[in-house]
Amino acid sequence: MLVEYIPILVILAMALIVAAGILVLTHIVNPRIRNPIKLTTYESGIEPQMEARLRYPIRFYVVAMMFILFDVEVIFMYPWAVVYKQFLSQGWFIFWEMIIFLAILFAGYIYLYRRGGFQWE
Amino acid sequence: MNVNLTGADFLGILPIIILSGFGVVLMVLSVFSQRFHRMTIPYLGVVGIILALISNFFLIGKDYLAFQNMVRVDWLTVAFNFIFLVTAGLSLLLTTSYSEQEHIEFIEFTPLLLFSTVGMMLMGSAQNLMMIFLGLETMSIALYVMAGFRRNHRESLEAALKYFLLGAFATGFLLYGIALIYGVVGSTSFTAIAQYLNKNALSPDLLFLVGTGLLIVGFGFKVALVPFHMWTPDVYQGSPMPVTAYMAVGAKAAGFAAIVRFFTLSAAQIAYQWVDVLWILAVLTMTVGNVLALVQKDIKRMLAYSSIAHAGYLLVGIVADNDLTVPAVMFYLVAYLLMNLGAFAIALIVSGNQERRTRIEYFKGLAETQPMLALAMAICMVSLAGFPPTIGFMGKFYLFSAALYSGYVWLAIIGVINSLISVYYYIGVVVAMYMHKPVDERRIEQVVPGVGLVVLVAVVGIFIFGIFPGSLAGLFG
Repeated sequence: MLVEYIPILVILAMALIVAAGILVLTHIVNPRIRNPIKLTTYESGIEPQMEARLRYPIRFYVVAMMFILFDVEVIFMYPWAVVYKQFLSQGWFIFWEMIIFLAILFAGYIYLYRRGGFQWE
Repeated sequence: MNVNLTGADFLGILPIIILSGFGVVLMVLSVFSQRFHRMTIPYLGVVGIILALISNFFLIGKDYLAFQNMVRVDWLTVAFNFIFLVTAGLSLLLTTSYSEQEHIEFIEFTPLLLFSTVGMMLMGSAQNLMMIFLGLETMSIALYVMAGFRRNHRESLEAALKYFLLGAFATGFLLYGIALIYGVVGSTSFTAIAQYLNKNALSPDLLFLVGTGLLIVGFGFKVALVPFHMWTPDVYQGSPMPVTAYMAVGAKAAGFAAIVRFFTLSAAQIAYQWVDVLWILAVLTMTVGNVLALVQKDIKRMLAYSSIAHAGYLLVGIVADNDLTVPAVMFYLVAYLLMNLGAFAIALIVSGNQERRTRIEYFKGLAETQPMLALAMAICMVSLAGFPPTIGFMGKFYLFSAALYSGYVWLAIIGVINSLISVYYYIGVVVAMYMHKPVDERRIEQVVPGVGLVVLVAVVGIFIFGIFPGSLAGLFG
């Protein structure tokens, strides 16, 4: 049974050899040119203006988190919609299940709205 | 494909449904009400918990599997639900005065606590490793937020972050263990696991054992077993006091619910494989917890190390692995609930504004300024140390006699020695209260009704079940 996995091991070994080989090879044969322009962040691009570590509002995280939350929750509706008709023949349970789910989701939405989760300032 | 859900399915999780409903409604209600009405929300939460407790009575005497064998409804479910709900209710009572005292908004606190309790109850009634995982996450995620509720305090934020990062890591271990067990058994259901082990009791797959080991890590983190205890003192110290009390009791009981459900009830066939591991962990946990508690100057840290030690005592019961295990562990969980919540309630009163006075020296002279409070604290400490006629003594008696019954004489002896070590630091608090002058003569601790009620319940419970242990132990068989 483990024998079936040998090709994967071979691929893994090959990947390691190729990756390590290229790294070592470039290190040996690369040309070494060191001048100020070569060492800038974008050699032939825009001049860097300032440090990349900026302070930016924590709102971004909150918005991103809320997006993911509602996004994932809405995703649940797709598999539900696919099997909806099939299960409807067994009663209205599947319908009310989603209504309850949406009600809880909506309660969360109301909470966020009232708590100021969508206000930027 | 067929979904047949009957009323019995929903009855089995009725307390969970009620509490979730209350959580959602209170969450919406809290953002619509004015400041004055927000004060009533913890009390509404208590109402929800009482309703859930009442609905819990409908489950008494039932024994069946619900939701396609995901949920188990038996006397253990009822008992665990009871422990979790009482813990949640008493912790909520502790918060009633807390928001004014701390000058922070506690809007989300009650719903979070209810959701966390829902997670615990899911763990208590799980018949499937996925249910354990679901309950554990529901409980933990709410707890991570609650740990950081004093958001203007550095320590609280540190506690939340530390608990979250380490907790997420521990959950990873748990999930990996579940994955390995699924890989061997082909199912995560406890029924299927027990069937698999019935067939392969003498030669279980190595991967199954590795998975079991990873489960020990995952659960061990939640109940703070040594060497997975590193987070405990910092998180307990940084969290708001009511959260610490809730976490120390509830999360530990939930972790032991999972341990009992998996190790004692499902994997008993391969007990010879995990008993030795847990034996070592029990000894380590008791010893490290008690020895480190000796040098603590802060009441919260002291209780944190003491909670580690108590996890060790509970593990002694699990190691015993006989008919007495489950009753002894359940009894001790109730004992731990009462004495720990009592101790935390009094520590909350003494700690005062902004929790500035958490050092043990602030207990000095409490017997002069607040004799009743000092007496209650002394009772809790004596019970934690395990003296008769308190519930702490009876709990330890049941646990150690379970160990003796299985022939673990040395484990029982180490447990008793550890109890003796613990006397030093528990009695240290009593000495400070009764034999020293107050640090601040003018200060008299104020007792608000909610917190006072918790102290009263704890003290009465400690004595009633300490003197008549049969009344409680009888329920656990």
